[in-house]
Amino acid sequence: MSRLRNAPPLYFLGVIVVLFFIGLPTVVTSFQSSEWTQVLIFAIVIMGLNILVGYSGQISLGHGALMAVGAYTCAILIHRYNVDYLITIPIAGLLTGVVGFVLGIPALRLSALYLALATFALAVVAPSLIKRPVQLTGGVQGILLSPPDPPQFAKDGFGAVTGGLAMTSDQWMYYVSLVLALLLFWFAWNLVRHRPGRAMRAIRDREVAAASSGINVAAYKTLAFGISAFYAGIGGALYGLSIGFVSPDTFPLALSFQLLVGAVIGGLASITGPLVGGIFTFWLPIVSSQFVASQPWIPAGVAAAFKNAGPQVTYGALLILIMIFAPNGVVGLVTVGYARLQARLRGAGDRGSGQMPSDPQTV
Amino acid sequence: MQEFVQQVVSGIASGGIFASLALALVLIYNAMGLVNFAQGEMAMFATFIAYTLISHGVNYFIAFPLTLGLAFIGGVLVERAVIRPVERAPVLTLVIVTLGLATLINGAAGFLFGYTPNYFSSPFSAHTVNIFGAFASYQDLSVIAVSGIVLVAIYLLLQRTTLGLTLRAAAHHPEASRLLGVRVSWMLALGWGLASAVGAVSGIMVAPILLLEPNMMQTIIIYAFAAAVLGGIDSPLGAVVGGLIVGVTVNLVGAYLVGGDLELAVALAIIVGVLVVKPNGLFGRAAARNV
Repeated sequence: MSRLRNAPPLYFLGVIVVLFFIGLPTVVTSFQSSEWTQVLIFAIVIMGLNILVGYSGQISLGHGALMAVGAYTCAILIHRYNVDYLITIPIAGLLTGVVGFVLGIPALRLSALYLALATFALAVVAPSLIKRPVQLTGGVQGILLSPPDPPQFAKDGFGAVTGGLAMTSDQWMYYVSLVLALLLFWFAWNLVRHRPGRAMRAIRDREVAAASSGINVAAYKTLAFGISAFYAGIGGALYGLSIGFVSPDTFPLALSFQLLVGAVIGGLASITGPLVGGIFTFWLPIVSSQFVASQPWIPAGVAAAFKNAGPQVTYGALLILIMIFAPNGVVGLVTVGYARLQARLRGAGDRGSGQMPSDPQTV
Repeated sequence: MQEFVQQVVSGIASGGIFASLALALVLIYNAMGLVNFAQGEMAMFATFIAYTLISHGVNYFIAFPLTLGLAFIGGVLVERAVIRPVERAPVLTLVIVTLGLATLINGAAGFLFGYTPNYFSSPFSAHTVNIFGAFASYQDLSVIAVSGIVLVAIYLLLQRTTLGLTLRAAAHHPEASRLLGVRVSWMLALGWGLASAVGAVSGIMVAPILLLEPNMMQTIIIYAFAAAVLGGIDSPLGAVVGGLIVGVTVNLVGAYLVGGDLELAVALAIIVGVLVVKPNGLFGRAAARNV
C-alpha cells in the first residue's frame, strides 16, 4: 500500500482558486457576481495596503481616501470628458499612484505612530474635502455612472459557456476586476520576491541597518507608498464603475478601517492574504447579520440593533483577537498548519529535511 | 470686533474640551509611547453612562463624579483585558489593537444605546453674560472652568503626589522602577484609568453642545490629536496650550477664511504642518532613537 508521502504543493490550491473565480459567474446570479466583484476589488486594494503595511512597515489608515481619488478620477473623466471607461482605470491608478508618492514624501519624516495619526485625519477629512469643488465632483450628490456594456466577444463567449445566457454588465465588470486582480497579484508576487521586496522588508525590520547596507531607504519607502496608492486607485475606479456612482459618503472613515481589518485578517506581509481578507471584510457583516436575523431565539429588537452595530462589534473584536492570538492572520495559520501536516506525513525519520515553519512575522 | 472676541471666547471653550481629551492622549503616550485611537470612543461611552444615570433621576452633580469613577474603572479593565497581552508588541500592533478597540466600543454603544441622537441637558444655562463687551454663555464658562479644574488636578496629581511620582517613574525608567519595587504593569493600568476619566470629562462637556450619539467624538478626537501634536505629544502642559490654540484657530479660520465645513481640514493641516516642520511640537522633548 503506497503511503501519501507529501501533501500536495500549495500552488495546487492557487490553481483551484483561480478556476473557481473564473467559473463563478456562470453558475451564480448576476447580483451575486456583483457581490463577488466587490470582494475582488477589496482584495486589490488590500494587496496594495499590504505592500505598504506588511512589507514596508508604514501604516496607512487613509486608503479609503486614496480609493476616492481613483474613483473620482475615473468618474470625472467619463462624465466630463467622455473618456472610455476601460482607459480611465489605468489613468486613475497612475494618478492615485502619483498622489500616494507625493504623500509618501512627508511620511518619510514621520514615525509609524505619527503616520497613523496623519492618515487617520486624512480619512476623516476626505469626504468634506471632496464636497467642496461642486463643479468638478458634483458635491454631496456625487456623480452617476452608467453601467458599462459588455463587448461582443465577451457576450459570445459567456453565452457559449452558459448555454445562451446574455451577459450582464455586472458579470462583465466581474471579469474586468478578475483580470486586473490577477495581473496585480502577479506584479505584487514578483515585487516582494525580488530586490524591492527584500529592501522593503529590511527597512521594516531594521531601518538603520538597512540604510547602512546601502539600501536607499527614502526611495523605497516612497515607492511603497506610490505602488500601494496605485492599487488603491485601480480599486477605487473599479469600485465606482461597479456600483454605478461615486459620492463623498461612498468613502467614509469606515471604509479605510475595513481595508485595514481585511489586511490584518488575511495576514500582513503575505501576498495571498488579501484575497482571504477581501472575502472576510465583504461577507462577514452580511453573513453575521443574516445569521442573527434568522435565529428564532434572538429577540427581534436585539437582531435589529445587531444589524446596525454588529459589523462594528465583530470587526473590532476580530481585530483585537487576531492581533493577540494570530498576528499572521488566516494565511499565517494555514502556512503553519500546512508545515505541520508536511512534517507529520514525512514521518519522524526525516524531519530534518522538512521545511522549517515560516517565522512568525513581527509587524 | 465684538464678533471677533465672541469667536475667540467660544474658541477657548471648545479648546478646553479638546485640551481634556488631548491630555488623556498625552497620559497614555507618556505611560507607554502609544497614541490611543480609542480615547474618543471611551469618552463617548462614559458620556452615555452619565446620560443613563441622569435620565434615571440622578442629579447631574452626583452623576458627573460617579461617571468619572466608572470611567476610571473601565479604563483599568480595558488595559488589563486588551492592552496587557500586547504590552511588549511593536507599536504598529498596538495601534491596530486600539483601532479595534475604538470600533468595538463604538459598535457596543450603538448596540446598547442606539444611533438616535440624544439631547444631553446641562445644568448650566445657555444665557449669556457680558464680559468686557463680549457675550459668553454660562455653558461656555462652565466648560472653561471644569476643564481648568481637571487640568490643575492632573498637574497636582502628577507633580505633587507620591502616586504621580511613581507613575512618571514607571513611564520613564520601567526597568529601574521595577527594581525599586514599583509595579510597572499596574502603573500602566492606572495610567489608562486616569486617561479614561480625563477623557470622560471632555465627553460630558461636549455632549450638551453636540448631540449625544455613538459617533459624537469622531471629529473631537481629530482636534484632540491636533492639540496633542501641536503641544508636543509627551507634554501635559503642551496638550492644554495646544488645545486652546487649536480651539481658537479652528473657530477663527472656520468663521473668516474657509467656512465651517472645512474646520476639520484645518485640524488636518495643523497635524501635518506640525509633524513636518517641528515634530516635537511646542513643548515636547526631542526623541532619541536607539540604533
